[in-house]
Amino acid sequence: MSMLFHASRRLSISRSFCFYRTISSSSTPFPPPPVVSSRRVLVTGLGMVTPLGCGVDKTWKNLIEGKCGVRELCLEDLKMSAFDKETQFSTFDQLSSKVAAIVPTGTNPGEFNQDIWLNSKDNRSIARFIAYALCAADEALKDSNWFPTEQEDKERTGVSIGGGTGSISDILDSAQLICEKRLRRLSPFFIPRILINMASGHVSMKYGLQGPNHAAVTACATGAHSIGDAVRMIQFGDADVMVAGGTESSIDALSIAGFCRSRALSTKYNSIPQEASRPFDTGRDGFVIGEGSGVLVLEEFEHAKNRGAKVYAEVRGYGMSGDAYHITQPPSDGRGAILAMTHALRQSGLHPSEVDYINAHATSTSLGDAIEATAIKTMFFDPAFSSALAFSSTKGAVGHLLGAAGAVEAIFAVLAIQHGIAPLTLNLTKPDPIFSDGFMPLTESKEMPIRVAMSNSFGFGGTNASLLFSSTGSD
Amino acid sequence: MALRAAVLRHLRLPIQTSPWRSGGSLRLMSSHDDHITKDEVIDRVLSVVKDFPKVDPSKVTPDVHFQKDLGLDSLDNVEIVMALEEEFKLEIPDKEADKIDSTHLAIEYISNHPMAS
Repeated sequence: MSMLFHASRRLSISRSFCFYRTISSSSTPFPPPPVVSSRRVLVTGLGMVTPLGCGVDKTWKNLIEGKCGVRELCLEDLKMSAFDKETQFSTFDQLSSKVAAIVPTGTNPGEFNQDIWLNSKDNRSIARFIAYALCAADEALKDSNWFPTEQEDKERTGVSIGGGTGSISDILDSAQLICEKRLRRLSPFFIPRILINMASGHVSMKYGLQGPNHAAVTACATGAHSIGDAVRMIQFGDADVMVAGGTESSIDALSIAGFCRSRALSTKYNSIPQEASRPFDTGRDGFVIGEGSGVLVLEEFEHAKNRGAKVYAEVRGYGMSGDAYHITQPPSDGRGAILAMTHALRQSGLHPSEVDYINAHATSTSLGDAIEATAIKTMFFDPAFSSALAFSSTKGAVGHLLGAAGAVEAIFAVLAIQHGIAPLTLNLTKPDPIFSDGFMPLTESKEMPIRVAMSNSFGFGGTNASLLFSSTGSD
Repeated sequence: MALRAAVLRHLRLPIQTSPWRSGGSLRLMSSHDDHITKDEVIDRVLSVVKDFPKVDPSKVTPDVHFQKDLGLDSLDNVEIVMALEEEFKLEIPDKEADKIDSTHLAIEYISNHPMAS
C-alpha cells in the first residue's frame, strides 16, 4: 500500500513538472535523440580453449601443422555418472556417431586444468561451458593487459559471451530426479548452471566489468553474433571495451543423440575418428561435435591507442541475415550466406577482390558445404576480376564447436592476418566436384600476405553472420 | 473437492512409500528408543557443515550463522539444509528449511524432530 502511495506521489510530481515544461516549450514534439557517430573497433586480446589445446598459441600451432583434435568417443564423455552402468552402456550403443572433438584436460601446459576452472570449491554454479569461457576470457584479458580498476573503466567494459546450449548434462541429471520422485534433491544451483548468459555473468563478476552484459543464442552462429553485437555496442558508445566470444560444452549423451536424430553428425568414420571431419571433401557425411570457447577483447580505436594496447586487427564489417527457409537446411542458392557476406563487405568499404582469406563455416555436411562454396564463388570468383582469395574450413581439425565455432574461427581469421598464414582444410583429399583449379579450398597451410580476412557462421533456424577483419596499417 | 483430493493423495504418499511411519504407537516407540542424543546431533550437524566445499572448517562452531559468519549465500543455505536432510533421513518442508540459517537453529530443529535418525 505504501509503495503504491509513493509511486503515485512520484507520478504526480513528474506530471506537474511536465506541466510547467509544456507551458514553456509549447506543445512541439521532442527533438530526435542525439546522433551517435560510429567509432572504430580493434581486436586487442585473444583467448581460446579448443580440442587442439588450451591457449591461443597451442591451438594455432597445432592447426597450422595439420594436427587433428577429433578422437573416439568413450563412455565417460557421455557425462552419465548419475545413471547405472547398464543404462550408460545401452545409451552408448545406441549413438550412431561415436567421434568427438574434445578439449584435452590435465595439468600440463596446453591442457585445460579442471581443478582451476571447473571444480572450484567456491563456486558450485560453474558448469563446464562457463568454465571454458572463464579460461578463454582470462587469457584474452591477460593478452590485452586490460584489468580495469577505476570505476569508470569498469563501467565502460562489458561482456558478450554467448552459447549454443547451456549445460544439457545438468538437465538430464535433474530430469532423472523427477523420474525417481526425488525432486527434493534438486540442486539450488541447477538454474544458474544451465542459463547460457551465466558465462557472461561469471566473467563480469570475476573482473568487475559493469558495462553491457550480453549473451547471444543463435545456434552455430552464436560466436559470430556475440562478437558482432559487441562491436556494435562499442561503435554506438555503450562501451569502450568488450570481452566477446562464444562457449560450448555439449558433448553429452542427450546432445549427441539429438544431433544424431537430426542426421547432422558424421557416422561413417567411427573407426577412424581423425578423418571424420572433412569439410568440402566428397567423403563428408556430417559434422563432428566439438567443444571449447573463443574470447576476444574488442576495443575502441582511441582507447586502445591511448593505452598503447597491442593491436591484432580491426573489425571492419559485421553482416547478418536470415534464410527464412528451413529449420536446418540452407536454401540451395545460398542467398542467406551471400546476404550476410555482402552486408559485411559493404560496411567495410572494401571490394571483394581485396579479401585475402575466408574462414568458411563449412561443417562437413553434404548440403551446407556445397551451398556455402557456391555462395563464395558467386561473390568472390567473378571472372571480371582475378581473385587470389584463399579459403578453408578449420573444422577438419577442431570439429564443430557449435556456439563457440564463430568465435574460435574469428580468432583464426585474426591470426591468419597477424601471422600471414592461411590455415588448411584437414582431410580434404578428394574435393567435391563443384571445385575446379582456380577455385579450390586450401589443402595445406599457406604463407601469404593477408590484409583482409572474413569468417562465416551459419546456424540452425537459418541465422547467418559474417565478420570481416583487416590489418591496421594506418590511422 | 479437487483440492482436498489432491491433498489426500499427497498425504497418502509417505504411507505407501514408508509403511513403518503409519502406526502412531510404532512411531512413538521408535522415536523414544532410537532417538539420537543432542550431543550426537551437534557432532553430526557440525561435520555436515564443515564438509561443505565453500566452508572453512575451522570457523564452524555450534553457533555460527551460515551467511553472516561463513560467507555463504542463500543458495548455499538450501544445499546445506539438503545435506542435513540426507544425513538425518529427514524431509524438512521448505518453509521451515528457510528458517534454518545457523548451526544453532539446525541443531535445535533436528534434535527436536521426532523422525531424526
